[in-house]
Amino acid sequence: MFDRRDLLKGAGLAAVATALNPAKALALDTVTLPFANGERPLVKYPQKRPMIGLTSRPPQLETPFAVFNDGPITPNNAFFVRYHLSDLPYNLDPDKFTLEVKGKVDKPLKLSLKDIRKMKATEIVAVNQCSGNSRGFLDPRVAGGQLANGAMGNARWRGVPLKAVLAMAGVQSGAKQVTFNGMDGPVSDKTPDFVKALDIDHANDGEVMLAYGMNGEDLPFLNGFPLRLIVPGYFGTYWVKHVNEITVVDNVYDGFWMKSAYRIPDTPNNAVEPGTAPKATIPINRFTIRSFITSVPDGAKLKAGGTTLRGIAFDGGKGIKEVAVSTDGGKTWTNAKLGKDLGKYSFREWTLPVKLAAGSHELKVRATGNGGETQPDTPRWNPAGYLRNVVETVRVTVA
Amino acid sequence: MQRTVFLAITLALAAVVGSALAAPVNYKTPDEVAAFKPGPNLEVVQGNCSACHSADYINTQPPMKDKKAFWQAEVTKMMKVYGAPIDDADVGKIVDYLAATY
Repeated sequence: MFDRRDLLKGAGLAAVATALNPAKALALDTVTLPFANGERPLVKYPQKRPMIGLTSRPPQLETPFAVFNDGPITPNNAFFVRYHLSDLPYNLDPDKFTLEVKGKVDKPLKLSLKDIRKMKATEIVAVNQCSGNSRGFLDPRVAGGQLANGAMGNARWRGVPLKAVLAMAGVQSGAKQVTFNGMDGPVSDKTPDFVKALDIDHANDGEVMLAYGMNGEDLPFLNGFPLRLIVPGYFGTYWVKHVNEITVVDNVYDGFWMKSAYRIPDTPNNAVEPGTAPKATIPINRFTIRSFITSVPDGAKLKAGGTTLRGIAFDGGKGIKEVAVSTDGGKTWTNAKLGKDLGKYSFREWTLPVKLAAGSHELKVRATGNGGETQPDTPRWNPAGYLRNVVETVRVTVA
Repeated sequence: MQRTVFLAITLALAAVVGSALAAPVNYKTPDEVAAFKPGPNLEVVQGNCSACHSADYINTQPPMKDKKAFWQAEVTKMMKVYGAPIDDADVGKIVDYLAATY
């Protein structure tokens, strides 16, 4: 499916395209996300369709929500982008790219992309979702990237199991965690570099992957070209982009991005009373279960009669058991028909034919996972604005 | 003749593409369009905040009730956590600008 040629062609064509089309300030239009101060430019970046621009340096792009109605796989050119630090490897050379594996290993490695592509490849369909997805809807509001629901996406990732690379290096006894660093970094050496860690057993679970392919193509540059970590079921903060440094450590890594940032309350449902601070926190980890109506935007005007509602659902890796839909504001619920199962980490499509009489309706959708986890009727809250998974409501007028 | 021209074009294209193949990514982002709103001490803010991030990081923050406390906390975070080298004398100016402008 992939070979060296595709990689080179992809990179080469991107280079040609940018040479022919010098990037310009392209504010195409604006969109207004449904919360205070939600106006955003639609921006056009190389390899991307017009996206909702959150910030430009470093680039942060949100997927326009309508994209999620086009199918369960999010196209590469519509996939959200989130960086923390502004020094991106804009000029990286895939031919010179090296992945270093070091630390508590018997045989430190330096692997080229060619070396990695020669290894036995695996594929997995998995959702990546930003920890701060939907933060803009929090009440009370909190600082951070003010996103609506478009900082998520679902792709077929292709690469090699991290386990296989660690096995080549030979993890030594006493190893506790594995840390991941990418080629992007801070502008100032006073700013902590973005480094994330997984427990050794998690890193070795056979599912965590080093991916070079995404939906049958190379990773787009802004999604981590030429190699990124895939951590199925876990929030995007762990999916380190441009990853080129893997270190096995015999302690619990205490860098800023693990010890202080991306923490959630150590409380039931990882929630606290809105506006308050938790006493203790833990690193953010798996997705909470979510579902969305994608076929009808909030505020839509529909014709009376029959229509088929559709949408998506996903969770942290147990898989979706059922999706229920209400057209009367949550009084009664009907189970939707689930679409093709692309794997327990994927978006699961759902459809439900409904009849809507004239008047105003509150459409709601609620997923239940194979582990019994479901979505709350009222939003939970934590100070960083993570884990939002309230039952979503779409208000429509039918005439 | 036609064939020769065709071959020449093909070779030329191959050379262009070929050289591009071996080249680094050279990814070009669009120019920054977001700007800081006019306000007191604008130049202090531009000088300190723009080194690490674009103005939209600030523009897109939510309207908070206690603006001064919110922006004081943000500026403190930039200094203490991210190591922003802001002079003590500028801290108050920056917080005042942000609280008055956003």
